[in-house]
Amino acid sequence: MEMQTVKFYQTGTFTVGNRLLDENERSVQANMERTNSLNSGHRACQGCGEALGARYAIDAAMRVTGDKLIAVNATGCLEVFSTPYPETSWQIPWIHSLFGNAAAVASGVAAAMRVTGRSDVRVVAQGGDGGTTDIGFGCLSGMFERNDDVLYICYDNEAYMNTGVQRSSATPPAARTATTMAVGKEPGNVFGTGKNVPLIAMAHHIPYVATASVANLRDLEFKVTRAMNVHGARYVHIHVPCPLGWGSAPADTIKVARMAVESGLFPLFEAEHGEVTGRTRIRHKVPVTEYLKLQKRFAHLFGKTPDQERLDQIQAIADKNIRTFGLIDTELAHG
Amino acid sequence: MDKPFAITLDVGSSLANKTGSWRTSRPVYLDRLPPCNNACPAGENIQAWLFHAEGGDYEAAWRELTQNNPLPAVMGRVCYHPCEDACNRGKLDAAVGINSVERFLGDEAIKRGWKFPAPPKESGKRVLVVGAGPSGLSAAYHLRRLGHAVKVVDAGPMAGGMMRFGIPKYRLPRDVLDAEVKRIADLGVEFEYNRKVENIRDTMTEGKFDAVFLAVGAHIAKRAYIPAGEAAKMLDAVSVLRDMEGEEKPMLGRRVVVYGGGNTALDVARTAKRLGASEAIIVYRRNREKMPAHDFEVEEALQEGVMIKWLSTIKNMANEGTLTVEKMKLDEKGFPQPTGEFETLEADSLVLALGQDVDLSLLEGVPGLAIKDGTVQVAPNMMTGYPGIFAGGDMVPSERTVTVAVGHGKKAARNIDAWLAGGTYEPAPKHELADFEKLNAWYYTDASKTVRPMLDIVRRTSTFDEVVSGLDETNALFEARRCLSCGNCFECDNCYGVCPDNSVIKLGPGKRFEFNYDYCKGCGICVSECPCGAIKMVPETI
Ligand SMILES: Cc1ncc(C[n+]2csc(CCOP(=O)(O)OP(=O)(O)O)c2C)c(N)n1
Ligand code: SF4
Ligand SMILES: [Mg+2]
Repeated sequence: MEMQTVKFYQTGTFTVGNRLLDENERSVQANMERTNSLNSGHRACQGCGEALGARYAIDAAMRVTGDKLIAVNATGCLEVFSTPYPETSWQIPWIHSLFGNAAAVASGVAAAMRVTGRSDVRVVAQGGDGGTTDIGFGCLSGMFERNDDVLYICYDNEAYMNTGVQRSSATPPAARTATTMAVGKEPGNVFGTGKNVPLIAMAHHIPYVATASVANLRDLEFKVTRAMNVHGARYVHIHVPCPLGWGSAPADTIKVARMAVESGLFPLFEAEHGEVTGRTRIRHKVPVTEYLKLQKRFAHLFGKTPDQERLDQIQAIADKNIRTFGLIDTELAHG
Repeated sequence: MDKPFAITLDVGSSLANKTGSWRTSRPVYLDRLPPCNNACPAGENIQAWLFHAEGGDYEAAWRELTQNNPLPAVMGRVCYHPCEDACNRGKLDAAVGINSVERFLGDEAIKRGWKFPAPPKESGKRVLVVGAGPSGLSAAYHLRRLGHAVKVVDAGPMAGGMMRFGIPKYRLPRDVLDAEVKRIADLGVEFEYNRKVENIRDTMTEGKFDAVFLAVGAHIAKRAYIPAGEAAKMLDAVSVLRDMEGEEKPMLGRRVVVYGGGNTALDVARTAKRLGASEAIIVYRRNREKMPAHDFEVEEALQEGVMIKWLSTIKNMANEGTLTVEKMKLDEKGFPQPTGEFETLEADSLVLALGQDVDLSLLEGVPGLAIKDGTVQVAPNMMTGYPGIFAGGDMVPSERTVTVAVGHGKKAARNIDAWLAGGTYEPAPKHELADFEKLNAWYYTDASKTVRPMLDIVRRTSTFDEVVSGLDETNALFEARRCLSCGNCFECDNCYGVCPDNSVIKLGPGKRFEFNYDYCKGCGICVSECPCGAIKMVPETI
């Protein structure tokens, strides 16, 4: 998936809009009439990547469906910061039930739409990495396996942020969390475990799976749009930095996400029916340290004597991703 | 109470929650000074005219450009473009080809017949401009646009000064110069040629001029004492280049030696080649690093077969044209010192290109003037020590380039305008510099500079056709679009998109954006992700 087609414009399609592009070539976010599905006044922290990712994704889904969309939300920051009773930031029909059942509730909403003859109304489910890769995983797998007509979006901030940064199965190796302290012989989260839900989703052979990042809006909108243009179970996994939990500067949210992509640690790809069909190339490759050093949760790897062994291990993960997904165009210097 | 079970409150919107109160610092939009503008001796707003060119509105671009410089087609050929040396894009791949886009716009204006608008109203004041070179033309143009009646007198037969009588045709075709001069004349500026002003104060009184701008240039060739035989052919660069404009081309012979290391020396050597010399040799007393001539001109000259003898001085010239040349070496301070080693060089003619002096005779008897090193001293407002007499260009202390001269003309015009109204000109305060560190360069696409196609070397040395040809429309557009718009919003929508709190209001095309401080939490993502550095954070005052 290569978004950059118009080479000669100052910023091509890298920026949100571009006054030199045709109206229909601009992003949803550039539009003065975008839905703003998640409106101002929400209580997310300064520079919240999840708030940003949710607006990006849901606004795009709203455009594809002509505003006929219902969202089901798992418990987590996104739910808590957007809906303190009786206020809501959502400008779309929205329902919250429990932490672990968003996929099941969404399957139910989709079924309800079908039996009431409202097949024009589409359904998204959304949750954090904890709600998706851990507690909600059984419901999610069921939704995939039944091929229910739901797009499930996971906002991956790599820990249970809402309850104070506890480790999840999406927490990366070496990261410090409240439950994986930076102490002892192997500080931070362990190496070699964790779970790659996009790959597991692919193993269900559902019609569409993709990864996306708040650092690449065009790519993200493209993928949500593609996902909404097909029926059946779909899964989009979005990388959303958390300044509070990661110990990064609020202003650096997009930069941190960009470094994850450009280092190869967070590969951007698409898969259809279990097969990888597209990858977004790295533009300017950076070493993983460019990503890690922006975050206090990895601070123990640096300092006076850097933990070279662990840094090398993390670099090896990135290099493997680059190889496996073909993230660097070997013919062109940069994609 | 007809609310559903367990519901006691109406549904509210989070808009009730003014998260702006969390903020400790706020983002603000600003315009920073692009490095190109900062480096331009003519004070062009380069980023602003490139902005129009990027959108394909070349006329708007040309109009923006000519706010500051009336000679874009000339500039696009002869300016040494310090803007490109300063251009931030140079740190990414290669500087934007500002100069070539400028030339494209200038040529486009000639082709399409674009004119300057008449001044909005007449001031009733009369200003005399002495000298129709770049500085005089620039001053005349700006003064006229400010509504003054302007008369330009020049001792030469045509306008242009050194642009006509110093710069060879292969660098500046005369039809281009003529077209840009005519456009200034069409604005209502009166020109009188072949008139040398003998005494400036008399001329002012006779013509009832309220102020005068002097820009007579530096046309007197500097001499060096070189003993020479009766029949030895020794000429100076100024007259060689001037004669190139007349009917009778100078006779330089087959072996031409040029003495000097400036751009003029190169111009003469390249001209000699074109006149049929089989050898054109430049003799210069220092080495290439110390040579004042611009690198690209040295490069072009070498390509054309011009030879350069470094670290050499000419001692004498015998009748048959034999030159005695002494080898030099640089001392620790970089000054050339004689070595006592000599060699000879055969030459049909020797052209001295050792610099030029100013003819200051018209200023005789004017009280209050300060003359130093052969140039007239001026105050920061370009006024000489005599009220109402302003001066600029090569006759005042400065770097002697066409662009600097044009800048002087503009500056003088604005100050004369203020002075005529009994006030002083206050230039707008300079914005802070948009240096590379202020940009988020990640967003810019990669694209290499469109190199101006060079004329075939053979063709170039045998004719006076232009050496560097222009960009065509698609090239020019591409080149303009490489501009990073340093420090100035170009409406890429990034701030509007990246705010997690919807606190950026998009005002629509051409209107830029506004912050909604009711909800802005002050995270600063917009500042980090603004490609061009047009937003900054400032602390909140509580
Ligand atoms: C069954 C259940 N267990 C625990 C909780 C407490 N809880 C609320 S949010 C949350 C963490 C959510 O983490 P994640 O899904 O990653 O979303 P994030 O807050 O990081 O966006 C937890 C543990 C709960 N609400 N329900
Ligand atoms: S990129 Fe554009 S604005 Fe920046 S210095 Fe170069 S020409 Fe000027
Ligand atoms: Mg989480």
